[in-house]
Amino acid sequence: MNTIETRELVRKFGDLTAVDKVTFQVKQGEIFGLLGPNGAGKTTTIKMLCTLLRPTSGTATVAGYDVVHQRTKVRQSIGLVFQDPSLDDRLTAMQNLHFHAMLFNIPGDVFKERVSELLEIVELTERAKNEVRTFSGGMKRRLEIARGLLHHPQVLFLDEPTLGLDPQTRHHIWEYIIAMRKKEGLSILLTTHYMDEVEHADRVLIIDHGQVVALDTPERLKGMVGGDVITLKTENDEIAAQRLKEKFQIEARRVKEELILEVPRGDKFIPKLLSTLGNGTRAIEVHSVSLRRPSMDDVFIKMTGHAIRDEEASAKDGLRANVHMRRRR
Amino acid sequence: MSEIQRNLKGIYTIWYREILRFWSDRMRIVASLGQPLLFLFVFGSGLSPSMSGLAGGNMDFKLFLFPGIISMAVLFTAVSSAISIVWDREFGFLKEVLVAPISRSAVALGKVAGGSTVAVFQGLIILLLSPLIGVSLNVTQILQLVGLMLLTAAAMTSLGVLIASRVQSMEAFPVLMNFILMPMFFLSGSFFPLRDVPTWLEWLGRIDPLTYGVDPIRQVTLRGNVPQAVLESIRLHDISTDVLVLLIFWAVMMVPAVIAFRRME
Repeated sequence: MNTIETRELVRKFGDLTAVDKVTFQVKQGEIFGLLGPNGAGKTTTIKMLCTLLRPTSGTATVAGYDVVHQRTKVRQSIGLVFQDPSLDDRLTAMQNLHFHAMLFNIPGDVFKERVSELLEIVELTERAKNEVRTFSGGMKRRLEIARGLLHHPQVLFLDEPTLGLDPQTRHHIWEYIIAMRKKEGLSILLTTHYMDEVEHADRVLIIDHGQVVALDTPERLKGMVGGDVITLKTENDEIAAQRLKEKFQIEARRVKEELILEVPRGDKFIPKLLSTLGNGTRAIEVHSVSLRRPSMDDVFIKMTGHAIRDEEASAKDGLRANVHMRRRR
Repeated sequence: MSEIQRNLKGIYTIWYREILRFWSDRMRIVASLGQPLLFLFVFGSGLSPSMSGLAGGNMDFKLFLFPGIISMAVLFTAVSSAISIVWDREFGFLKEVLVAPISRSAVALGKVAGGSTVAVFQGLIILLLSPLIGVSLNVTQILQLVGLMLLTAAAMTSLGVLIASRVQSMEAFPVLMNFILMPMFFLSGSFFPLRDVPTWLEWLGRIDPLTYGVDPIRQVTLRGNVPQAVLESIRLHDISTDVLVLLIFWAVMMVPAVIAFRRME
C-alpha cells in the first residue's frame, strides 16, 4: 500500500515554477528521501503534502486522503518536523506536548502513556518541565520529533531534520528516526541536502529546479555512476580533459577547480593517467589525484551537471526563494 | 467527534495557550504595572493643579485619568496579544497550529478569545490600584467593568488579528504603533475630556472606536465616587449607545479578521 501518492504535482509562485510535475509514491514503512539543493522545491513539495500550500495543479494523497479536499483527515494522519523550530519556547517541553495533544484531540490517558514513552526515546524525560528556551538546538529537534509522533501518525515529514546540528547530534537524531520506523511501521519522508543522510533512505528522489531528476535506491543510484571516481587537480584542466578524451575516450567533468572522471578500475588507471599527462609534447603538471568509491555527491553531479553544495549558487538561490516567499506572504 | 466539537476544542486550546503564557510570564505582569503607575501618579499628580478647572473644579484629575489608564491597559494588552501572531509566524510556532486538524477560523476565534481574556486580567490588575486614588467599587460595578473591558478587548483584539494577518513582519510594528494605536489612544478621551475641544478633535474622537470603551468604563468606575452632576458633565454618551457601537465595531472587525486569517499563506 502507498502512504503517499502524487501525480504531476505543480506549484507556481508567480512566474517561478517551484515544483514542476512531480510524481512519486511512498510505500508504507518506507524511508523516502527528497534530495536537492536549496530552492529545488523540496520544502514546497512537503508544504503541499501537509496541506499548508495548495497545489497549482496535479493531485496528491497522503494516507489515502486528498490533500486539497480532505485536509483535516490528512493533518490527523501526519506528523511534521519543520526546517526551523516550531515550538513555543516560553512554555515547557511538557506544555508544548500537551498543547499538541489538545490540538489533535488525544484523550488524557493515551497522552500520558504516549508522552512518557516518547520522552524516554528522545531522552528528554528529565527536562520535561523546563522551558524550551533553555534547550539546545539538538534538544529542540528531538522534542519536535517526539511531538510529531504524539498522535500516532502514519507518515512523518522531516524537513531538513538535522540542519544546523553538529555531526554527533545528527547521528543521534537518525538513531531515533530509524528506531521509530521499526517500532511503529510509519513511513518517513525527509528532505535533506546532506548527501550522507540519504544513505539511510530506502529510496531517494533527486529533485532539481522543481523537476524529478532520478528516483531509485541509494545503491542503484550510485551504481549509475559506474566504477570508481577519480578527482584530479592539474595546472591546466582544459588541456588535461582534452588529452584524456583523445587517449582514453573518457569524458572528464570539470566541477569547480577539479576534474572528475569515472573508470571501472581506478587503481589500475591512475598510473596510466599520470604517464599520459606527464609525457607528450606538453607535459601537464598534476597537483593531486584522489580515488574513491562513488558517493551520492557523484550521483547528484552526474544527474544534474552541478554540485549540490555549490555554495555561491545555492546561497543566491536560497535568497531568491526567500525574497520570493516574503513577497508571497 | 464532530467537526464542530473538534473546532470548539481548538478554540479552547488556542485560548488556553494565551492564558498559560500570561501566567507563566509573571515578570511581565509586574512590569506592565510600571507604565500605568507612572501615568497615574507622576503624570496625573503633575497635571492635577493645572487641571483644577475640570468639571467645574469639582473633580481631581487623577480620578478622571484612572478609567483612561484602565482602558489603555486593555487596549495595549489586547492588541499586543493579537500581534503575537506575527511573532509566532516569525518564530515558526504558527505552523504547528496551522497544520493541526482544526479550521483556521477556530484558530482566529481562539486568538480573539485568549487576547480578550488576558486584556481583562490586565485591566483588573490596574483596578486593584483603585484604593490608592480613593476610588471604591462595589461588586455590581466590578462585574459591569469586566463586561465592558471584555467587549472593548474583543473589539480591539479582532482589529489586532486583522492587522496581524496582513502584516508581513515585525518590522511593521513601529508603524502600527505610531499610526494606529497611539492615535486611537490619544483620541479616545483617556487623557482629557472630549467636551469643549476644537470641533475637528471632537469628530476624530467620535470616530475612534476606543472612545466608546473609555466612556462607559469611566461612567461605571466613577459612579458613587464623584457627584452625579459631575459625572453627567464629563460623560459623552449613554452606556447603552457605547455598548452598541462597540458591538458593531467588533462584528465589523471580526469578519474580515477571520477571512484574512484564513487566506494567510
